[in-house]
Amino acid sequence: MRRSTVLLVAALAALVLAVPLLARLPYHRDLVIKVLLFGMLAQAWNILAGYCGQISLGHAVFFGTGAYTSTVLQLEAGLSPWLGLLGGVLLAVLLSQIIGYPCFRLRGHYFAIATIAVGEIVQTLALNWEAIGAARGLSLPIRPDSLAAFQFHRSKYPYYYIVLGLLLTCLAVSAWIERSRVGYYFRAIREDPEAAASVGIPVTRYKLIAMAFSAAFVAAGGTFYAQYVLFLDPESAMPLSLSILICLLAVVGGVGTLWGPVLGAAVLIPLSELTRVQFGGTGRAVDLIIYGALLTAVAVYQPAGLAGLLRRARGR
Amino acid sequence: MLAVRDLEVLYGDFQVLWGVSLEVQEGEIACLLGPNGAGKSTILNAVSGLVRPAAGTIEFCGERVDRLPTHEIVTRGLSHILERRRVFPYLTVEKNLSLGAYQERARPHREESLAWVYDLFPRLRERRQQLAHSLSGGEQQMLAIGRGLMSRPRFLMIDEPFLGLGPRVVAEILEIIRKINAAGVTVLFIEQNVQLALEVSHRGFLLESGRMALAGPARDLLEADLIREVYLGI
Repeated sequence: MRRSTVLLVAALAALVLAVPLLARLPYHRDLVIKVLLFGMLAQAWNILAGYCGQISLGHAVFFGTGAYTSTVLQLEAGLSPWLGLLGGVLLAVLLSQIIGYPCFRLRGHYFAIATIAVGEIVQTLALNWEAIGAARGLSLPIRPDSLAAFQFHRSKYPYYYIVLGLLLTCLAVSAWIERSRVGYYFRAIREDPEAAASVGIPVTRYKLIAMAFSAAFVAAGGTFYAQYVLFLDPESAMPLSLSILICLLAVVGGVGTLWGPVLGAAVLIPLSELTRVQFGGTGRAVDLIIYGALLTAVAVYQPAGLAGLLRRARGR
Repeated sequence: MLAVRDLEVLYGDFQVLWGVSLEVQEGEIACLLGPNGAGKSTILNAVSGLVRPAAGTIEFCGERVDRLPTHEIVTRGLSHILERRRVFPYLTVEKNLSLGAYQERARPHREESLAWVYDLFPRLRERRQQLAHSLSGGEQQMLAIGRGLMSRPRFLMIDEPFLGLGPRVVAEILEIIRKINAAGVTVLFIEQNVQLALEVSHRGFLLESGRMALAGPARDLLEADLIREVYLGI
């Protein structure tokens, strides 16, 4: 068991390092970068929803917060996107507490519905807010390649390594949460909030802590996205469909597990790209049909997701 | 130790408790009796802060606690074991117990408390690595009580500890409640079996439709006409 784990990690590390060599076409590189980005978003969502049991369908708000904060700070104040990333994370954490405090009074489905409402409100505000480009969006000026500028045009590899770093950080924090006392409080709240309160756990405080971690990583992903695409508008940076996609990836991959959400992204993101390539504009919803079918299958046959399937296969 | 005065609780427009008062002295075992829907659980939930009273006061060890959040009430040495056990199903027995020692005050004593709980419930020690949902009903009840003890309470409230359990397990848990009490913990529990409850208790309270119908030393209640006629059928 121990030795096989070491081998597995070594194989994964080798694969991860070899990807830039294997994925020679820009299209494939883009795909791999997307998988890692969405894997991180799904894992960040999982901190709140998987461990702590609070299903949020408004995480696009934090993604947008990260993307817009770094972009606006760059355009208006010439601030480095790296500082912008930090600013976006801080702002998203603050926002998550402001949103979470009232919303956490609601339980289960009602909480999820409230987060959808908040997401729609924030997107509508962004669509009408002139200072951040309103519906026209914002474009970042193209700068020469450099780490300081967070822009790479001659080769996209640096983006790959940056998003990989973000994902690994997110996984490391999640692994720490899983093992720490805080992680057990999260799980106690997920399994039975009243019982958690009855043993003296301040339930709302820990839900807010989970929300803060979750929002922070999603915001970092948002800044990354802004620097990668160099164009932002409310339709692309904070749509409801993004919130739902993040949730879907984690659910299909395995809610409440460390590797599930990444696994979900690794399976579903290429699938959606494939259908896009195969069907073009006429098949716009084909990936959603496949997602729906997969989701139904997961719910019926394997509620623990792909990660549960793997665990079962290994247990045999 | 616990003094509830003129407690009124509403769920929306529906009033559940109408001016209920009760007092439990330190070192006692007390039971709260009454038919379904009388408001027994609501009293315990109000005491532990899970529901907010509309009127009345709750004093625990001489201090008002009726406006405090649950986690602060628990800090003061009160432990509430909820109805239907409510263990964390997908955590192991030992993790369930450890979570009971959340409070700052209880954390340094976790190993000691764990040993105490395992001594009270040897069955839990045998099953410590098992997931809680795989335990039998009686074992889950033991786990719920054990988890409640991990915070080192001075006052333990148990909501229907014997619900759905066989006679042998009931006897076992009764014995443990006596032991816990002998260790200096005041106990207040809810029970439907009047005879059984009054036999272990020092004091009893009978609740009917949200009002206190009878209260007094358990021995007197066993003799009371109302109880003899309505609940014991003699």
